[in-house]
Amino acid sequence: MNDKFAISRRAFTGGAVVLGLGGKAALAQGFAGLGMNGGGFASVIPGKTFAFPADHGPHPDYRIEWWYVTTNLMDAAGIAYGAQWTLFRQAMQPGAQQEGWANQQIWMGHAAVTRADTHRYSETFARGGVGQAGVEPKPFRAWIDSWQMRGLDPIGDDSIAPLELTASGTDFSYTLRLDADRALVLQGDGGYSKKSERGQASYYYSQPYFKVAGSITIDDKPAQVTGRAWMDREWSSQPLTSDQTGWDWLSLHLNEGEKLMLFRLRQADGNNYRSGNWILPAGKTEQLASADIEMTPTAFTEIEGRKIPVAWRIAIPRLALSIECSPLNARSWMATSFRYWEGPISFRGSHGGVGYLEMTGY
Amino acid sequence: MSRLVWILAVLLSHWRRHPMQLATLLIGLISATALWSGVQALNLQARTSYDRAAATFGGARTAMLVSRNSATFPQQLFVDLRRAGWPVSPVVEGRIQIGGRSLRLLGIEPVTLPAEVGNAPAIGKAGLQSFVTPPGEMLVAPETLSELKLTEGVTPLASDGTLLPPLRVQPQLVPDVLVVDIGIAQRLLKMPDQISRLLVGKAKGRRAPLENIAGDKLRLVEPDAESDLERLTDSFHLNLTAFGLLSFVVGLFIVNSAIGLAFEQRLPTLRTLRACGVSAGMLNAVLLVELVSLALVAGIVGLVCGYLIAASLLPDVAASLRGLYGAQIPGHLTLKREWWIAGITISVIGALLAATTSLLRAIRLPVLAAAQPYAWQQAQHRWLIFQSALALIVLATGGGLLWYGDSLVSGFAVLAALLLGAALGLPAILERVLSLGQRSAHRPLAAWFWADSRQQLSGLSLALMALLLALAVNVGVGTMVESFSRTFIIWLDGRLAADVYLNAADDTQAAEIRAWLRERPEVAAILPSGRADTQIGGAPIEILGLADHATYRDRWPLLQASATAWSRLRAGDAGFVSEQLARRLKLGVGDSLDVPAPGGNWRLEVVGIYADYGNPKGQIAVNIAALTRRFPQIPLTRLGLRVAPAAVPALISSLQDKFGLDGRNLVDQARLKAESTRIFNRTFAVTAALNTFTLGVAGIALLTSLLTLGNSRLPQLAPLWAIGVTRRRLAAIELAKTMSVALITTVLALPLGLLVAWCLIAVVNVKAFGWRLPFHVFPLQLLELVGVAMAASLLAALIPMIKLARMQPASLVKIFADER
Repeated sequence: MNDKFAISRRAFTGGAVVLGLGGKAALAQGFAGLGMNGGGFASVIPGKTFAFPADHGPHPDYRIEWWYVTTNLMDAAGIAYGAQWTLFRQAMQPGAQQEGWANQQIWMGHAAVTRADTHRYSETFARGGVGQAGVEPKPFRAWIDSWQMRGLDPIGDDSIAPLELTASGTDFSYTLRLDADRALVLQGDGGYSKKSERGQASYYYSQPYFKVAGSITIDDKPAQVTGRAWMDREWSSQPLTSDQTGWDWLSLHLNEGEKLMLFRLRQADGNNYRSGNWILPAGKTEQLASADIEMTPTAFTEIEGRKIPVAWRIAIPRLALSIECSPLNARSWMATSFRYWEGPISFRGSHGGVGYLEMTGY
Repeated sequence: MSRLVWILAVLLSHWRRHPMQLATLLIGLISATALWSGVQALNLQARTSYDRAAATFGGARTAMLVSRNSATFPQQLFVDLRRAGWPVSPVVEGRIQIGGRSLRLLGIEPVTLPAEVGNAPAIGKAGLQSFVTPPGEMLVAPETLSELKLTEGVTPLASDGTLLPPLRVQPQLVPDVLVVDIGIAQRLLKMPDQISRLLVGKAKGRRAPLENIAGDKLRLVEPDAESDLERLTDSFHLNLTAFGLLSFVVGLFIVNSAIGLAFEQRLPTLRTLRACGVSAGMLNAVLLVELVSLALVAGIVGLVCGYLIAASLLPDVAASLRGLYGAQIPGHLTLKREWWIAGITISVIGALLAATTSLLRAIRLPVLAAAQPYAWQQAQHRWLIFQSALALIVLATGGGLLWYGDSLVSGFAVLAALLLGAALGLPAILERVLSLGQRSAHRPLAAWFWADSRQQLSGLSLALMALLLALAVNVGVGTMVESFSRTFIIWLDGRLAADVYLNAADDTQAAEIRAWLRERPEVAAILPSGRADTQIGGAPIEILGLADHATYRDRWPLLQASATAWSRLRAGDAGFVSEQLARRLKLGVGDSLDVPAPGGNWRLEVVGIYADYGNPKGQIAVNIAALTRRFPQIPLTRLGLRVAPAAVPALISSLQDKFGLDGRNLVDQARLKAESTRIFNRTFAVTAALNTFTLGVAGIALLTSLLTLGNSRLPQLAPLWAIGVTRRRLAAIELAKTMSVALITTVLALPLGLLVAWCLIAVVNVKAFGWRLPFHVFPLQLLELVGVAMAASLLAALIPMIKLARMQPASLVKIFADER
């Protein structure tokens, strides 16, 4: 059944579960239905006061939401890995939450591990209301099937750490422990993240400071790994405009300790909406606007007949930053219901480091 | 190239001069292709719909988890298994009534439904939301929608007054099934948080052991390559295929004789062409091109005819499959490209096969060769010995298979060996009979009669073999059907013990009806009955509850029983098993079996075995009180009534008025019997139709062989005419000869046919259906068949004989002048 639904991923998926939009249809209404009018659902408005741990839990009044973790890892032999864990929620209808099978929520999980020579991924779906998938804020627990992200004692509400992350597919699995000693970071204007000039927005916060240790098993061969992780939490009812066709998103861990989040929303008219956040080691942030950011593809890989820009030159003159990003595995392709590229990258130039790149709508 | 075209033109000119021959050749090829591909089309259609059924139900094709005690189980197990890595999807199943018609209601969960469940109803992209969110949607096959006399989009009412979700047509769905979201199904079936089974997806990955999550509550049923329906209906399709193959072979006999005739008549042309310098290779290539082109044309026409045959038989096939196995086949034919390609291929291969001897002779054709009929006969004699030896080997193989074989396929192999061996042995037997006749003849013309009949055998033997096969199969199938019909009707009389059968809407109504009936003086007895379903060894089993009443004791037929069988039932620790279940589980009277029941296994001693014709499921009969103790949830809505026949119509109409029961749930014995007999008759309508076709094709084979012989035999007849035997007398002698060999063949076909019938009844039926019928011989039927065979032979012989009787003396004179 899964392949019958066209579904996006991180960013904005769920809509598609219901709408079944893909390809050109998706373009027509914005990426995977995310440009849909948010009728009946709660609106994202500036000035929200976040409360934790409550906001770690689901916000069913909003159409879509996700819990999203990307990790850059390395084993004892110096081999680099990436691992992804994502849980998406989408409401089919607004209104009070129904019990049992009548519940309006559809959940989707994506998990992947990436190495220079291989990229493994898995996808799963669940209906809300019966316990197959869900998120509880306290004690923190997000799960779908056997995949789980759960808070370990003693969890810090503001750091959402430590966490244990598990997932498995037919030919891979991982169990990772995530620790963070700093509070999470609100993106945009106090957690209000604009997605277009016309006011589309989402609530968005991140925990970019995770340190990771655990094991990744590929083809029954386990490897002990350590590294860094980045969690994104985002929810909205209508994050994209109808003429936005896809996006390119990056989360970067700089060797000096800074973090950088960047995204570019591509529009049908060829213009882009760019935004970013420069996060200092102490947690202070600096918002970056379209004019501050230069993003230029430098290399392409053809996958399933699509031309994917897998390498990028990124320049932010204001920060004297100019880097060249290259993928760990240029074929980090998620051939899931809704197809997209998502994988670990490394960069050099004025700054060095590792991160994750996600590209949808190609 | 142009040379090739010229040679082809020369060869083709023959057909222009002999249009009858061309017609015969084409008829042979067309009938062979038509019957074969018609049968294949039916099989294909049925298989496709089994696939559809298997996929829709998430049936045998998908691995499943089911409850050990065959009951439903809590939905929480689904969540627990998912959380432990099992790719499972829940299904809830039950029945629901709309307008008095009982339909299967299936609740599925589209989001987790495994992708490999295949052509399961595509809920579709935009459809998910409207399917799962109340009121949801109810998917229905177009056939069922029209049978319910409803239209898409309406929200029907169930018989208990529940408002059902709006109907949506789903063409891939099998008939008589309604599919809704699991949440909606649980509500409609009043089974909150319960599921009937879990479909297990193929996705591998880490899974916790089943016992750790579900304890011993669930059992894994591995997927089968074949669906249940496929296995059940195998015998039926094997049967059809056997008929198709038989007709195909008989059709090839026609082609063989037509090609043989054409070759015979074109010998001078071929020789002339060779003498003109055409190489043997070139000549053969052209003959091959000619044959393949004819086969292609005939193949296409044959396919069209095959399609028509299949389309006209489909309603009967569908009725048979529904009656025998409960399989639903859509009533309109859809064909795949593979079918067309296979049909054309089989036509070409068949034509080549039938022409092999002629083509081989053409290769070896010496430029200057005279006709050598006697030399042929010499060769024929050696061939006869070889063929007889082959017949013995085939028959011995058949005997071996009968002794050691234990499957349906081996049963059919025994049949095939029997028929093939008999056909191969036929010429030798005829030869013996004719030489005996020759020895007893004293007058010269009589001696010539026998000797010439023997010489003629080589040319007729193929056609006679075809006749033998067609007749034997006719006798065999006719005897089996008649035996079955007789047994079935006697059995039905006993089995339908009550006079009126009714099924109340629910337990409350059943109680009201019973109270009302007790007040009625014409009702001699009220016999409650009930039915539960369970599984033994993965196969579905019905358990029938019988009232403890003299009606059953007196009338219910038992094949075997212990002395106190009926009184033993009362205690609830004994039961009767149906013949097919007894065979499958190898049970005899005195054995015991464990029946899975909600409260744990129910141990029953087998105290009787009864026939249960036409039921694909195994069945166990127990006391009704014992059944309700063990299966407390079964509805007690079925009642049988003993009523004086004269009072039946009045009682039925007052029951109808008082309780709103209609024809579906209130029926008298006579109507039920008529309905059952009608289904039974339709079941064998296809067999009868194919039987007739085969006999018809055999008649054509005989006709063409005689036509072939008619021309080549002039050199034998001309001398007799020259010494004074009149043309009329000659024709009469010829007719007598044909009729006598046909009669011998027919007489031989009778015992062979009875053997075939015995094989069908004692081997094939037992393997296919699990029941054995008493074997009856029907002399009148046999006599009738002999008459039909002789009439067909007469008809076939008439045209060549009339030709002979009217032949110009000049043609006969020419024999002495001509070199053929």
